[in-house]
Amino acid sequence: MTLFRGDLAHRAGPDSAIGAIAMPCWCAQLHHICRVAALYDRGMGSPAPVALGDATSTRPPATSAASVAVPPRPVLPPHLAGVTADESALRRFLHGLPGVDPVGVESRAAALATRSIKKGSKLAALDLAISMVDLTTLEGADTPGKVKSLCAKARRPDPDDPSTPQVAAVCVYPDRVSIAAAELAGTGIGIASVATAFPSGRSSLSIKLADTRLAIESGATEVDMVIDRGTFLAGEYGRVFDEIAAIKAECGQTRLKVILETGELATYDNVRRASWLAMLAGADFIKTSTGKVSPAATLPVIHVMLQAVRDWRAATGRQVAVKPAGGIRTAKDAIRFLVAVHEVAGAEWLDPFYFRFGASSLLNDLIMQRRKQLSGHYWGPDYVTVA
Amino acid sequence: MADSTRALARRGATQGSSVTPGSVTPWEYAPAPESALIGRIKPRYRMFVGGRFVDGRGGDQATINPATESELAQVSWASADDVDDAVRAARRAYDTVWSKMSGLDRGKYLFRIARGIAERARELAVVETLDNGKPIKESRDADIPTAAAHFFYHAGWADKLEHAGFGPHPKALGVAGQVIPWNFPLLMAAWKIAPALAAGNTVVIKPAESTPLSILVLAEIMQDAGLPDGVVNIVTGAGDIGSYLVNHPGIDKVAFTGSTAVGKKIQQSLAGTGKKVTLELGGKAANIVFDDAPIDQAVEGIVNGIFFNQGHVCCAGSRLLVQESVEDEVISKLRDRIATLRLGDPMDKNTDIGAINSAEQLSKITELSAAGDAEGAHRWTSPCPVPDKGFFFPPTVFTDVSQSMRIAREEIFGPVLSVLTFRTPDEALAKANNTPYGLSAGIWTEKGSRILGMAGALRAGVVWANTFNRFDPTAAFGGYKESGFGREGGPSGLAAYLDTDSDTADEGAA
Repeated sequence: MTLFRGDLAHRAGPDSAIGAIAMPCWCAQLHHICRVAALYDRGMGSPAPVALGDATSTRPPATSAASVAVPPRPVLPPHLAGVTADESALRRFLHGLPGVDPVGVESRAAALATRSIKKGSKLAALDLAISMVDLTTLEGADTPGKVKSLCAKARRPDPDDPSTPQVAAVCVYPDRVSIAAAELAGTGIGIASVATAFPSGRSSLSIKLADTRLAIESGATEVDMVIDRGTFLAGEYGRVFDEIAAIKAECGQTRLKVILETGELATYDNVRRASWLAMLAGADFIKTSTGKVSPAATLPVIHVMLQAVRDWRAATGRQVAVKPAGGIRTAKDAIRFLVAVHEVAGAEWLDPFYFRFGASSLLNDLIMQRRKQLSGHYWGPDYVTVA
Repeated sequence: MADSTRALARRGATQGSSVTPGSVTPWEYAPAPESALIGRIKPRYRMFVGGRFVDGRGGDQATINPATESELAQVSWASADDVDDAVRAARRAYDTVWSKMSGLDRGKYLFRIARGIAERARELAVVETLDNGKPIKESRDADIPTAAAHFFYHAGWADKLEHAGFGPHPKALGVAGQVIPWNFPLLMAAWKIAPALAAGNTVVIKPAESTPLSILVLAEIMQDAGLPDGVVNIVTGAGDIGSYLVNHPGIDKVAFTGSTAVGKKIQQSLAGTGKKVTLELGGKAANIVFDDAPIDQAVEGIVNGIFFNQGHVCCAGSRLLVQESVEDEVISKLRDRIATLRLGDPMDKNTDIGAINSAEQLSKITELSAAGDAEGAHRWTSPCPVPDKGFFFPPTVFTDVSQSMRIAREEIFGPVLSVLTFRTPDEALAKANNTPYGLSAGIWTEKGSRILGMAGALRAGVVWANTFNRFDPTAAFGGYKESGFGREGGPSGLAAYLDTDSDTADEGAA
């Protein structure tokens, strides 16, 4: 059931059916709108969370038999429940988040990037980074052979050293998921798929839902969706929220990564707002980029997103994962990201469940550096396998 | 540690990382020490007078590494006679060489010194960290590059003084007597020497007794640069030598950076002598955080403001004034952030907070913190481990501080933050200005008009907006009230070393 019914219903089109549901005005909850500051006062130990969609009994049944499932509302603690009540409440909440000073966040990111990670701590970081890779191929030219080759690489990133960890997941287009699923059955490696009219997100909700369904039915264990940046930049946060919530509902237990495409959001303030918007709508992961837009994952952007998941956990008790994707090509870069994870969000995020790298060429550099740490000498790229 | 994290990585992967979170194992950073050998520390250092390294007549004294309390080197100290020699050498150099040299040529020497610092930056950083106790990260990334930047900047002024706004023919003063503190040994030397030389003066300078080494390496650089003999003279010793130097009849200008108590004595003793004086003294800066601040960056700024260089910074943001409506959020985030600061071996590249410079300073910090407890403030200390050996003080935050407490009024000069709250901008302003000091202040808000309004009303020489502890040779630095007078850096810093009062120099103003 969408929150911003009126908004969507006015936009007649393929999606209008899902909007044709009456919705009570929850103005009474507006007093809950608060700055993040207040969240801390209320603390994590708030009473049992209430479902946002609790008021369903007061609503008429859906009038349309659209194939779109009624999305269960993300469960939020009471002090946050009101912020998604309507468009203006959501807007006030997102714009009430503390601003981000670009000079400050960039200098902090640069300073943290000077951490010197050596010896055992470097080896630990390399292994951890390998286990966090979402090994990705997202080309128009992805053939079954290419996907199979990628899956083989995921299973045994370094055939010469079986102690090398497996990667976390492979990431492919929805129509290539079934191939990956067959290749990776029983390995424990996840299958992530980019759905929702990736990478632009410029299509109707019903198509995005169908895209998502295709990925899941083909065996995807994780869905990487893109937000509608155009709608976000137009200030229609409610529509973006609804779309994420609808995709999340379609995902069910499948973990949902929400790609913010930070390179198109442009400002750190927008990155912070989009991060909170995605988490409010039920994201399991917030992800920087599609990899198709430059700049992609930068350290300052990751700082802002790590602050968001840290603050979100303080406010709700729930830990959301983070995934930088695009532009991380060297082990050195990856270790810098891990240092940021460690010192900005906290050690609890140093886990493939809570942090991933969306990358393709990164894996081989991690392997080369790992071999160097173990053997003491450098290896050329011809000594590691290409996917 | 490493093995456990690797085990975690494998478990995450093999058990199906897409399904289950693993248990978290701490990721410890392995030690990453810079090599002390890079510092090429010699067993004994001598003072630098008349272009040569000479033995002082004040006997040898040890300088120690405050992180280990062990002796680093012996240093030959000056006697009063040595100061006389140094002033004579400086006068001779001024009369015969430096005052006759063109600005263009003076600038060439300054450029050479700047490049020399840059070339030996790694060595200087190690020397500074060993002698001072500051983390190598800061000596490497802040002290040494900024010192070089001051020489580069002032080198450019040497042949352009007539365009600096002090009239068509600004004249040098003569011999400058300079006394610098131990908190930024090389950087303070650069702040003092570079503008003096650019303006055409010669120099006798005394480093702090506990940190004489880096300036003596700088002397080697100046020697290698071919700086004419006697243009810069370095006399080592304690407060008595500093006092003798600033009261010496042979000098024309006094520049002092240090405590307000000593600054007051200098001003008293120089009254009526006609010597030009600039004093850069203590501070008790207010760092003001409004409720519309970029909170995460403000937290960074607070940390940088008080924990940079162990809080041994005259312009440190030692009083946090936070708007009551965001106090809980700011303090909670601040404590989380401070808990990540790594205290320990200053030579480790990952150390954020190094050693307190001396046992004396450590006991002063300890004493003032105890006063905070006694007066009813609430103390919070970072849970970071503290080394057994060496002078260390963990990052400390006092909340429930009121304006009447000693920790709100006196300069602690250590990693101790006092937190006060305010309700309105006027109250913030009243509290910020309610101090005998007036060196620096910080404002954190996303509202531009508030920045401008507050900056104009704060009685502080330096006001940072949405940042803190930024130093740039192009920007003037200096204080109000008991924080001293005179500026360093920028064109107004040059004015301190030029005759701006005489008739020939009244056509412009700084």
